Amino acid sequence: MEKVQTSATEQKLTRREMHTISVFVANKPGVLVRIALVFARRGFNVDSLVVSPALDGHYSRMTITALGDRETLIQIIKQVGKLVDVIRVTEHIEQAVVEKEFALIKVAADAAKRAEVMLLVDHFKAQTVDFTEDSLIIQVTGNTEKLDSFISLLEKYGIIEIVRTGKVLMARGKEKT
Amino acid sequence: MSGTEKTRTGAEALVQCLENHGVEYIFGLSGGAAIPIFDALVDSKIKLILVRHEQGATHMADGYARATGRPGVVLVTSGPGATNTVTGIMTAKMDSVPMIVLTGQTPTFVLGKDAFQEADILGITLPIVKHSYLVKQSNDIPRIVNEAFHITNTGRPGPVLIDLPKDITSGVCTAALDSPMDLPGYPEEAKLDQAGILKMAELLNQSQRPLLLIGHGAVIARAGKAVVKLAEKLNSPVTNTLLGKGAFPETHCLSVGMLGMHGTAYANKALTRCDLIFSIGSRWDDRINGDTKKFCVGAKRLHVDIDPAEIGKILSPDAYAIGDARKIIEELVKHVKPLDTKDWIKELNGYKKKYPLKYKKQGGLKAQHVIDEMYKVTKGKVIVTTDVGQHQMWAAQFFLIDEPDTWLTSGGAGTMGYGFPAAIGAQFGCPDKTVVAIVGDGGFQMTLSELATAVIHKLHLKVLIIDNKYLGMVRQWQELFFDNRLSGVDLKGNPDFVKLAEAYGAKAFRIKRSADVRKVLTKAMEYNDGPCVIHAEVIKEDNVFPMIPAGKSAYDMIIEKPKKRMEKPTGST
Repeated sequence: MEKVQTSATEQKLTRREMHTISVFVANKPGVLVRIALVFARRGFNVDSLVVSPALDGHYSRMTITALGDRETLIQIIKQVGKLVDVIRVTEHIEQAVVEKEFALIKVAADAAKRAEVMLLVDHFKAQTVDFTEDSLIIQVTGNTEKLDSFISLLEKYGIIEIVRTGKVLMARGKEKT
Repeated sequence: MSGTEKTRTGAEALVQCLENHGVEYIFGLSGGAAIPIFDALVDSKIKLILVRHEQGATHMADGYARATGRPGVVLVTSGPGATNTVTGIMTAKMDSVPMIVLTGQTPTFVLGKDAFQEADILGITLPIVKHSYLVKQSNDIPRIVNEAFHITNTGRPGPVLIDLPKDITSGVCTAALDSPMDLPGYPEEAKLDQAGILKMAELLNQSQRPLLLIGHGAVIARAGKAVVKLAEKLNSPVTNTLLGKGAFPETHCLSVGMLGMHGTAYANKALTRCDLIFSIGSRWDDRINGDTKKFCVGAKRLHVDIDPAEIGKILSPDAYAIGDARKIIEELVKHVKPLDTKDWIKELNGYKKKYPLKYKKQGGLKAQHVIDEMYKVTKGKVIVTTDVGQHQMWAAQFFLIDEPDTWLTSGGAGTMGYGFPAAIGAQFGCPDKTVVAIVGDGGFQMTLSELATAVIHKLHLKVLIIDNKYLGMVRQWQELFFDNRLSGVDLKGNPDFVKLAEAYGAKAFRIKRSADVRKVLTKAMEYNDGPCVIHAEVIKEDNVFPMIPAGKSAYDMIIEKPKKRMEKPTGST
């Protein structure tokens, strides 16, 4: 799950796009590996992957964001759907879902910079969860784009570490996720 | 279970479940971690066929399954025993063959600790199984076995592996043998796609030059009779893939035989001329479709497949239906009308006359001659298995198949060493038929130790070794595309296969001259007291034609060796 760095021209050539797929699976050993193998075999780069138990503990939910071309993605979805322990696999279109991500960001903000950082924290409705002499940890929730822009604004203060959960999502209204 | 009933071990429960699923034979090789299972087999009516190498066991189970339609069962021990099944599992997966592979495993309390003969066989085989299990509770055994038998032979069949740690098979199992399955993600059989069928019928009814393309899916679905009805109602010519042989009789006047890389010239010509191509259980694989951009240019494409992932994987169809080929075709027949295809069939008959499959009986013993005579001597009324390579292609060309499940060959995987053990499995499954394994000298030497297995059980199968002392197909490529720079193909040092067979206690015959072919084959077919080996020493350097170079389309077919040097192929092997 390396961080993806594709230049604009390359993107144009291969038309690689970020896709969000949710997979509803029987909570059985090995199911994660089987799904990961399908992605790997078809050259898809998994950007983030979140697994959690479903309401009924016999099942789990996975939210996968992955980079690749659409034609391959369709094939991957069909192959994943074939796995015996997979109940349902869906690609989500942004408008129809609520999506959120959570991040912890450790920023090297000493007393001199702290006030500026706190302004940003305030603006993004983030929170500080750890305070030391020369660093602080900020927690922030929101969609991926919001987190990305928050992180890029913090960069000039010196980010020491980032941990992101990856995207989770839920279909709006009556639709099943 | 009543209180007086004897306590069952996991292994005993396993064996009883296998009996309940109608298992007649287990092909296996014992070892430490599997001893409890072998012990339970002592008291079972299931016959254990002890093999000489685990790969042989998997191909036997495969041959048994393809010949009977029932899953083949393999039992091996952990570690190397398990890893030796990998090739056979992959072979079964690629060709959609139902198979249950039971592997012994080191006890659960040492798993992951590099115990003696520990191999993560579940992990190793993940990409090549339809499904797999590592059993962690003795009480799960009945449910898992029931699931495995359901999964392996429904939908698109495929191998299922069950890894059984020794403490689990030794432990007590109190679960009911008919424990219900728990497969919430496994699909029920889909309803007939009426809309798809009608769309296909509409396109068929508009076609002037239709071509039915019959694949392995049609054999597996027992769709043969329905396909004959469809073809005869439409007056449509029919071609078949290597694995589709037998679904539609190749001697039928509408058949143009096998298409593809070494298919008949007339089948490949038909590809370039049809205005509609209708795949019934074929997956547009690269052996018939080297260049997707030039596959049946301009023709409408119809597709029937039970596996939704095959629709649009290689080519996107104009109409399709997902599901059981027999049921779909039976419904489709009702909606099509007879087409006027006189000119189309006349055109194809012209190609048949112009480009027949041929060989010369002079100038040394030819593989084609031996295989063609074998077809004539047996009148085609046998089960044929082949290995992989030139002899396989010649067998596909000259040994016409009219009945399903009588042509067993490794297509998708191209596994050398498959033919002989597959014949053993088929012979166990069909004791009243005669099984002929047509193998090359290269492939046969990969699994020939199973001669012992065939001799012990007095199987009356025939092994026809086409011995050209080369890995002939690779040699052909090197001759055609690599300036005849031969590398890694010379099988100098081949044994005298007659002496070798005799050393195992098998009957053996030798053919060296064209004049002897019929006489020797007739004698060999009459021999009925155990296996017999026929060693045919054919000319060393012969090539399979017609040929479509890898990565090319049917438009680029060559009928014989070109005078000019050929470009290196761009496609897959």
